Amino acid sequence: MPLMRHSNEVREMAGELGKYKLCVSARSADKAILKRAQDGGIVTQLFKFALEEGIIEGAIVAGPGDEPWRPRPFIATTVEELMSASGTKYNISPQVSWIKEATRSYGLDKIGIVGTPCQMQAVRKGQLYPVGLRDVPDKIKLAIGIFCMENFSYQSVKQLVEDHAAMKMEAVKKMEIGKGKFWVYGQRGQVVQLPLKVTHKYEQPGCHVCLDYVANLADVSTGSVGSPDGWSTVFVRTRNGDDIWSKAIAAGCFETKPIEQVKPGLELVTKLATEKITKNQKTVEERAKFGVNKSLRNPYLGPK
Amino acid sequence: MAETIKKEEKPVADKITVGHVHMSGCTGCLVSLADNYGGLLTILDKYADLVYGLTLADVRHIPKMDVALVEGSVCIQDKISVQEIKETREKAAVVVAVGGCACYGNITRFTRGGQQNQPQHESYLPVGDLIKVDVYIPGCAPCPQLIRNVCVMAYLLLKGNKDQQELAKKYLTPLMLLADRGTEACGCDLMYDVVNQGLCMGCGSCAAACPVRAITHEYGKPNVNREMCIKCGACYAQCPRSFFNFDVIPEFEGIMDAIDAALK
Ligand SMILES: Cc1cc2nc3c(=O)[nH]c(=O)nc-3n(C[C@H](O)[C@H](O)[C@H](O)COP(=O)(O)OP(=O)(O)OC[C@H]3O[C@@H](n4cnc5c(N)ncnc54)[C@H](O)[C@@H]3O)c2cc1C
Ligand code: SF4
Ligand code: SF4
Ligand code: SF4
Repeated sequence: MPLMRHSNEVREMAGELGKYKLCVSARSADKAILKRAQDGGIVTQLFKFALEEGIIEGAIVAGPGDEPWRPRPFIATTVEELMSASGTKYNISPQVSWIKEATRSYGLDKIGIVGTPCQMQAVRKGQLYPVGLRDVPDKIKLAIGIFCMENFSYQSVKQLVEDHAAMKMEAVKKMEIGKGKFWVYGQRGQVVQLPLKVTHKYEQPGCHVCLDYVANLADVSTGSVGSPDGWSTVFVRTRNGDDIWSKAIAAGCFETKPIEQVKPGLELVTKLATEKITKNQKTVEERAKFGVNKSLRNPYLGPK
Repeated sequence: MAETIKKEEKPVADKITVGHVHMSGCTGCLVSLADNYGGLLTILDKYADLVYGLTLADVRHIPKMDVALVEGSVCIQDKISVQEIKETREKAAVVVAVGGCACYGNITRFTRGGQQNQPQHESYLPVGDLIKVDVYIPGCAPCPQLIRNVCVMAYLLLKGNKDQQELAKKYLTPLMLLADRGTEACGCDLMYDVVNQGLCMGCGSCAAACPVRAITHEYGKPNVNREMCIKCGACYAQCPRSFFNFDVIPEFEGIMDAIDAALK
């Protein structure tokens, strides 16, 4: 049997930004959502619309966990629950662990899920190869991907915030990665910025073989990069995503601007995507000769 | 992609032949196959003739067939089972191990004999320890939709046009490589082959896949309760960092449409 095709080749087929039908800059038309959101409130707003329209019965989101800024996946079935999960937590929330819980234990037939690009890959693998996901594949009605350069363990973020930024986790109002810095905003108005070279060593190792920046496999994917502050860049990718997005636009959920008319626009998104994928592709290749005639595993070549 | 499957005319005359070979399993795998309901009827109507099956077809000896779906592990103290599994290999073009027991032994790994009315039956081996297996469908019980997808792809591989064969080959490749990988599975595979290899990114798929809820996530990484693990192999196979084939999965929309269309 031939090995699975090299990821490089396929990446070229799909392009760094993946397939998409539409790309715009957008933000929620709802002030209450914008107030709490990380960027343009796209995730919370689109789920809210889908919930109210009956397109989904619940959405797997990353809500507050046992410690400050430690996320916990759960299935939000009300707008209040959705709102409680808005904002980015820069550490791992194992979103897909709830996919069977939501559809089988909660018995929901139509679910949404938000996650990083790797989590969108997990969702699509789960739909095509549902090894342990009985009756799950056709219940995923809205998969929203968020752009992602890297993620951190909880302990890493804690170290960045408490040691490097000298702030208590519970005193933090917002964290953000943007404009080449890791920003920590305190409840009392203080702002600390760390250069990204400080954060690199704390990154989750699994991120270094990741070949997707803008959630190429989501129905709709979104992130801050490319759009002005308070706005989000949105890719509408699948037929299903297109259908829901157009309905949400018709219902007045979002303000939009053509992506060509905003700064820095798609050029920056493409640049960052290319940088990430090129760097990680190199890591994948280096892993092949990591030891002395011994390699580390390459998941893109198969399960062995 | 939807075109790839649709453009084939309904080829009733050109069905593949399929058998269900029952080794030491609980029949849960067969029930999973049946849980495709209407989809199963469509498969049997359009694509496959069931030529062998303990409970489903009135045939005593294993006939020649295109695809053998083997359920259960093989008791090596039971001469008939050993005979039948060898015969299956001779008679079937493609042998698919369906379910954790056939692939990895699963719950039958824990048997020590002493059960009435054959107390001497104590050693059960995954099918791949006795014959070469071509395709794995791990899990306990295996998922109806994965069995369905593999059946459709097996059909396309054997009877499809060139494009369809290409797609089917690409789809089945990781499941063939899983069969090559070996006959031992455990929640520990997540440690050995994912976390220890610096590949885990904390998606949570493994926990969702586990039928006995042996896996939880501690700060985003899987924690396996090894006492609970029944060795079904679902977690590792479900993990996007066990395999992720960029030439298939990004085409999810078209492939899912095509499978749906094929089963209409
Ligand atoms: C680890 C990480 C890295 C990121 N890196 C980038 C980047 O490099 N460039 C970029 O443009 N954008 C990045 N983002 C995305 C960005 O921070 C925002 O999450 C995104 O723009 C959505 O904002 P919003 O206002 O539309 O969503 P909101 O309405 O604020 O909702 C955010 C949603 O994200 C979910 N969420 C929060 N944290 C997590 C998590 N850890 N895992 C999974 N889901 C979560 C919440 O449940 C919520 O539903 C990253 C996000 C994460 C989690
Ligand atoms: S960088 Fe990739 S692997 Fe890491 S969290 Fe983001 S999407 Fe997942
Ligand atoms: S941990 Fe669960 S899914 Fe993994 S092999 Fe054990 S029982 Fe199966
Ligand atoms: S399924 Fe996800 S969380 Fe589990 S081991 Fe694999 S990458 Fe890690």
